[in-house]
Amino acid sequence: MRHLLGIAGWRRDELEALLDRAQAHLPGGPDASHVLRGRVVANLFFEDSTRTRSSFEVAARKLGADVLNWSYAGSSVSKGETLLDTARNIEAMGPAVIVIRHRSSGAPGLVARHVKCAVVNAGDGAHEHPSQALLDAFTLRQRWGRLDGRTVLIVGDVLHSRVARSNLLCLKALGARVVLCGPPTLLPPGLEEMGGEVTHQLDAVLPQADAVMCLRLQTERMSEAFLPSQREYSRLFGITPARAERMKPDALVLHPGPINRGVELSPVVADGPRSVILEQVANGVAVRRAILEACAS
Amino acid sequence: MTPVLFQRARVIDPRNGVDGVRDVLVTDGRVAQVSEAPLPAPKDARVVDATDKWLVPGFIDLHVHLREPGEEGKETVLTGCRAAVAGGFTGVVAMPNTKVVNDSALVTELVLSRARDAGLCHVYPAGAITKGLKGEELSEAGELIGAGCVALTDDGRPVMNAGLMRRVLQYATQFDVPVMVHEEDLTLSAGGAMHEGATSTRLGLRGIPSSAEVAMVARDLVLLEETKGRLHVAHVSCEGSVRLIREAKQRGLRVTCEVAPHHFTLDDRAVGDYDTHAKMAPPLRGDVDVKALREALVDGTVDAIATDHAPHGVSDKLVEFEKGINGIVGLETALGLTLALVHEGVLTPRRAVELLSDGPARVFGLPGGHLAPGAPADITLLSPSEEWTVDAHRFYSRSRNTPFHGRTLKGRVTQTWVGGRCVFEDGQLKESR
Ligand SMILES: [Zn+2]
Repeated sequence: MRHLLGIAGWRRDELEALLDRAQAHLPGGPDASHVLRGRVVANLFFEDSTRTRSSFEVAARKLGADVLNWSYAGSSVSKGETLLDTARNIEAMGPAVIVIRHRSSGAPGLVARHVKCAVVNAGDGAHEHPSQALLDAFTLRQRWGRLDGRTVLIVGDVLHSRVARSNLLCLKALGARVVLCGPPTLLPPGLEEMGGEVTHQLDAVLPQADAVMCLRLQTERMSEAFLPSQREYSRLFGITPARAERMKPDALVLHPGPINRGVELSPVVADGPRSVILEQVANGVAVRRAILEACAS
Repeated sequence: MTPVLFQRARVIDPRNGVDGVRDVLVTDGRVAQVSEAPLPAPKDARVVDATDKWLVPGFIDLHVHLREPGEEGKETVLTGCRAAVAGGFTGVVAMPNTKVVNDSALVTELVLSRARDAGLCHVYPAGAITKGLKGEELSEAGELIGAGCVALTDDGRPVMNAGLMRRVLQYATQFDVPVMVHEEDLTLSAGGAMHEGATSTRLGLRGIPSSAEVAMVARDLVLLEETKGRLHVAHVSCEGSVRLIREAKQRGLRVTCEVAPHHFTLDDRAVGDYDTHAKMAPPLRGDVDVKALREALVDGTVDAIATDHAPHGVSDKLVEFEKGINGIVGLETALGLTLALVHEGVLTPRRAVELLSDGPARVFGLPGGHLAPGAPADITLLSPSEEWTVDAHRFYSRSRNTPFHGRTLKGRVTQTWVGGRCVFEDGQLKESR
C-alpha cells in the first residue's frame, strides 16, 4: 500500500512504472475486473467535481470494486464534524482506498497520517492533482513516446492551480522543459525552484511549445481583482485560432476541463486537430485504474 | 524572609556592566550585595552553590497570552505563571485579547487578582487600545493604566484605521505608556495562511507577503514622528520592518520592538508538510528575514526577546492547515532557543541576557531587569550548557502547541526567584499554597 498524495516525492522510474501499468488498462487490454473484486473504494468529495469523481468511479468499478460515494452536500461536516472525524468514519467501513478531493491544500495528507488504508489525492486546494498530471503525461507520452527534450507551456492561473503544480513536477520528472505563462498576479514566487521557467509574454514563447496546456480560468478570481476583466485575460492569454496558427505545426493543446469556451481556449482550437482533450478524458480512466490498483495492492 | 547567599555564580547584569564570578546576597526580597570577594553567609541564610551557573536578572516577557478570562481550557493565569517561572521568567505582560477583552479596570483587576492568588511571578496586564478590540472607539486608557496596565495594545489585530492609530499615539503621551502594535495590513494578508514564498507556492497555500507587516510599520513610524508618542512593535518578523525601525531609532524616534524566538530560529520551510504547529501570525518568514532579525538582535535594533506565548488546544491544530489557529507556546523554550544563538556565536552571553531582562524592563518601564543593590530579587539561575529535549507533554503550560517538540536545546533554568522567594527549582514548582 502506498498513498498518492502528490507527484512530489515520486521518482522518475516509479512514475514511468505507473504510466506503463496504465497502458495495460486501456480499452482492449486484459480483463481486470477481478483486481479489486470485493473491495471498497471510497470517494470522499468535499468539493464538487463530477468529472474527477466519475472518472475514479468508473475506474474502480472496472476493477471490480464497490464504490462508496460520499460528498460534502448535506453531510455532517456542515454540523461541525472535523475532516478527521469524517475520514475515520469512512475508514470504519473498511475501504481499501480513500480518494479525497478537498478545498484545503494538505487535507489528504492529514487524513493519510490518521487512517490505515491508502489515500489518493483527487485534488487539494492549490496544492496537487496528481492523477490529472499523470493522465496528461500519459496522453503526451502516447503521442510522443518520450517527453525528454519536449517543451510544455502551461498557460493561465498558476497561483490557484493544483493542476499546474502537479504537471510541473511530473513533466519535469519525465524529462520535459516546462514554461509557465500568465499574468504576474497569477504566477506565484518560487516556481523556478520547482523547476519551471516563468514568462508573461505568451506570443514570445508560443512558437517554442510542443504542447500548450491551458488552465481553467476561475471566474471568481475576477472579483478578487487578480485580473481587470475576462476580456483582457482572453486577449492576453487566450489560445485563439490566430495564436494556434503561430504554434509548431504538430503542437498539441491540452485542457483539464471544464473549458470556459472563448476565454482561455477558443472553441475552434478546443475542437480542432491539435486538441487532445477527449483523449485526456479517456486516458484518465486507465490512469486511475492503474493508481487504484497500485495503491490497493 | 530568609536571606539567601548565592556563591560563585557567573553574574551577568548588563545594566550594571557586570559579567564575572560573584557572590550575591539577597535579604528582605531584594538584592543586598554583589561581591567579587566571597561573602559570609548571614545566620539562617540559605546558601546556594552556583558554581558554573549563570545568575541573571529574572526574565521579563512582554508578550504573553494567558487566556483568562474566557479560554481557561487553553491556559489560566495560574498555569501561565507556572510555565513562565519554569522558563526562567519572573514577569510577564498579559495581552488583553481574552474572551472578555481587557478594556476595563474590572478585567485588569481580575487578572491581577488571579496573579496574586497564583503567587508565582509578576503579571503586568496590557489594556486594549479600542473597546472590544473592534478598532472603532478608544478604550478608557486612563482607567486601565490606573488599574495597573503597563501598555496599550489590540494585539492579535492591527489598528487598521490610521486616524484612530494617530489619536491613540497622541492620547497615550499623557500617560507615557507605549502603544504596542501587531502590524498587519489585513488587505495584504487576506486569506493568507503562511509567508508568501517558494514554500507557500509549493504547498499551494495563499501567502502573506512581508509588505503586510512592513507597510504598517512604515505607516506607524510616520504617525509616531508626528505625534511624538511611544510605539512598541510586537513580534517583528521581517527584514523590511527591521530596516525601518533601525532608521527611525537613529533619527531619535521613541520606537522599540521585540522579536519572538520562533522568528529568529525557524523559517517558512518549517511548515514542511502542512505542520499547523508552525502556523502563526506573523508567519515564519524567509531565510533572509531570519538573518536580518539575528543582525538586529546583535546591533541593538531589537530591544527585547518576547515569546508571543499563544496556547491553543489540540483540536485547534489537528485540522487542515488553512483552518489551523495561529500561535505557539513559548515560555518554556525561550531560554534554550535564545542560548542557541549564544552557542552559535551570534549573540554574546551579555546581549542574550539583556534581551531577556534589562531590555524588556526598560521598554515598558517595569521594575527588575537588573541586580544592583536594592533591586527586587527577581533572579534566574541557569545552566547554560545543559542539554535537554523538549517534551511538550511535560510543559507546565496547559497547552502543547509547539513546533519544537523533540528538539534538543542547550541551556536550562535551574532556579527562578521572585522577590527573594524560590518559585521554581530543579524542574519543580515551589508554590506557596
Ligand atoms: Zn500579535
